[in-house]
Amino acid sequence: MLSRTAENLYWLARYVERAEYLARTIDATLRVTALPAAYIGKTNEWDSALLTAGVAASFYQQYEEANEHNVVDYLSFSANNPSSIRNCIEAARLNSRSVRTALTSEMWDTINSAWIELQEVWSRGTSTREDLAKFLRFVQETSLRFDGSAYRTMLRNDAYWFSRMGLHLERADNTARILDVKYHVLLPEEEHVGGPLDFYQWTSILRSVSALTAYHWVYRETLKPWLIADLLILNDSLPRSLASCYGNLVRNLDQIGVAYGRQGPAQRHARGIRNRLEHSNMNDIFQHGVHEFIQEFIADNSRLGEIITKQYLI
Amino acid sequence: MAVAFDEMNIPGGDLRPAYQELARWLKETPPEALEYRRQEAELLFRRIGITFAVYGDSESTERLIPFDVIPRIISGKEWALLEKGLKQRVRALNLFLRDIYHGRDILRAGIVPDDLIFQNPVFRPEMNGQQVPHDVYVHIAGIDIVRVDAEDFIVLEDNARTPSGVSYMLENREIMMRLFPDLFARHRVAPVERYPDELLSALRSVAPQSASGEPTVALLTPGVYNSAYYEHSFLADKLGIELVEGRDLIVKNNEVFMRTTEGVKRVDVIYRRVDDDYLDPLTFRPDSALGVPGLMSAYAAGNITLANAVGTGIADDKAIYSYMPDIVKFYLGEEPILKNVQTWRCREPKDLAYVLDNLSELVVKEVHGSGGYGMLIGPAATKATIEAFREKLKREPEGFIAQPTLALSTCPTCTASGLAPRHVDLRPFVLTGSKSTTIVPGGLTRVALKEGSLVVNSSQGGGTKDTWILDE
Repeated sequence: MLSRTAENLYWLARYVERAEYLARTIDATLRVTALPAAYIGKTNEWDSALLTAGVAASFYQQYEEANEHNVVDYLSFSANNPSSIRNCIEAARLNSRSVRTALTSEMWDTINSAWIELQEVWSRGTSTREDLAKFLRFVQETSLRFDGSAYRTMLRNDAYWFSRMGLHLERADNTARILDVKYHVLLPEEEHVGGPLDFYQWTSILRSVSALTAYHWVYRETLKPWLIADLLILNDSLPRSLASCYGNLVRNLDQIGVAYGRQGPAQRHARGIRNRLEHSNMNDIFQHGVHEFIQEFIADNSRLGEIITKQYLI
Repeated sequence: MAVAFDEMNIPGGDLRPAYQELARWLKETPPEALEYRRQEAELLFRRIGITFAVYGDSESTERLIPFDVIPRIISGKEWALLEKGLKQRVRALNLFLRDIYHGRDILRAGIVPDDLIFQNPVFRPEMNGQQVPHDVYVHIAGIDIVRVDAEDFIVLEDNARTPSGVSYMLENREIMMRLFPDLFARHRVAPVERYPDELLSALRSVAPQSASGEPTVALLTPGVYNSAYYEHSFLADKLGIELVEGRDLIVKNNEVFMRTTEGVKRVDVIYRRVDDDYLDPLTFRPDSALGVPGLMSAYAAGNITLANAVGTGIADDKAIYSYMPDIVKFYLGEEPILKNVQTWRCREPKDLAYVLDNLSELVVKEVHGSGGYGMLIGPAATKATIEAFREKLKREPEGFIAQPTLALSTCPTCTASGLAPRHVDLRPFVLTGSKSTTIVPGGLTRVALKEGSLVVNSSQGGGTKDTWILDE
């Protein structure tokens, strides 16, 4: 297939995934900030939301204060924020138009309808909490519909694999970013400096990666920060864990390698990251520093993105 | 202006035979039902994303072309005549182009003046002596046809460069069949759906000799911001070929390749929807980012077929148009089946004098204009506009031609106040491959939705209709 087509499919999936992640982040932040101050302590959760979205620097060039109004606006609708939900959906639609021939009609319909709906929401505005909640749900549903359409209607060939790769790479990045911002509340008991207040932080983290229920099914335990870290990093039964994302990335890259009859640096690099995740346990990770581990992962993950681009997309 | 010829109603109250069943159906169908289907059609168009862009319109970069649900019907007998005429016309266009870029018999015979060719910006000296496979220049032609009476079809314009609109022919039919299955059951409408197949086989048939047994065809688009982008992606999809942009192609050793995820792959035939000027920055406009550097040298080496060929603009130029009847006679030795609109060439003093005296009754067109821009419609223009145009005309008479204001035929059309006659034209698409010239029975009917308006261009508020050729 055309390199440009592969590139568009890959980015299309990334944009949709990112939009969903932003919607989840806002949703989780709204919940935690709705609690009385006594339950969440002094941290500015809207600041954390900006950090996990990776847009704090550009935000402060335009706004003074990270409050609900400003952050929701910047993450959802701002035209000046290249990765606002709005710009993600715009970019997803533009990418879809460029590769319409590689999309199934169900996928196109999902993106095009979302884009049409977004124009309406955009002109109406979301003046109430209810409007906003509806909008955030709509973004998540769009992503689910897109994902489902891809899964159910696409041929299993390189077009599908490139699209899946975009999804898993973006997802791994998002999960890692949450961990990066919140790692300090996930430290094991003996190192832990916080207090019972953190309970709400933990649920918030789990909610933003849709893993609150999963946690209980996996561990049958009350919330323990180190188990949350284990779930998000190493447990490959959780679709948004780093381990699961890398299991999928390796599989997709292998499928491409088989179809094209050759492998390259992308396959090797992805396998390297997966092996490291497979052979790690939380004790070691905590011992070596969870923050360092996460930052290294983020760098490795983005390096994989560059390698894929070089090997296939240009 | 005379009363326009109506394609459904005969003055006095009778109906033309092709429309009888439709008229019966319209009588049985309540107006609300029609309105409901109309809205449904609009929704479908928007969801499928059948849009076009209007340049210089910042409000909305994507618009829908209004779709009128009342079909335009042409009888099988009328179509047979039209088809014959179109094939004749396109054969002549191809022979003319072959001659202009080789022996130039027609210039020596004094039928077309030299300067109309050599001083014409759309003449491409790069094409002199260049062999194109099977001598086909115009693989896809969109000939604009109008009617003024029951007898004749008149050619308004020959589009021999990158004519667009065929996706509307196909999509309009799809949507009509979805919305009005009952109406189709009551007519025998010739199908149009084999157009993509015929286009693909025409394109494959003209592959260069150096191509492999299974030539690779690609559609070259200027990209998503082009007004006809939807059509490009639609056609690539229906043909099952890659939709490429200039940056997807590279030229190596005078061969053209596309960049794929598995390395580069040779391309043999390019159905290009990029204008000559932007095809190759090394040969034409150096600032073009849409083209492919080196494409013209691969073309000269005979390793790639471009459809349509480079330089076809010289055949559909408005200045050449008035010579078409002579061109048909010169190459084919036949009388033209399709008529031309009477045309005054402002470059000729006698014609110019007539045009200047009768500006308020004529349509004056820029020789190099298109899309209905830059023209004067005398009867609809204000005095001031006419005077301004008179000055332009005097300054540069060779830049203009003039034609009588045609009373384009009308068809029943949905309007805010019920069905009413609106002016229409027709663009059938003529395909030429190595062996044959074919036309899918149908075309794009454009309709001027404003009462009395004669401008059918989609960029200026025109709409479209499904065009039915009855298979009798």
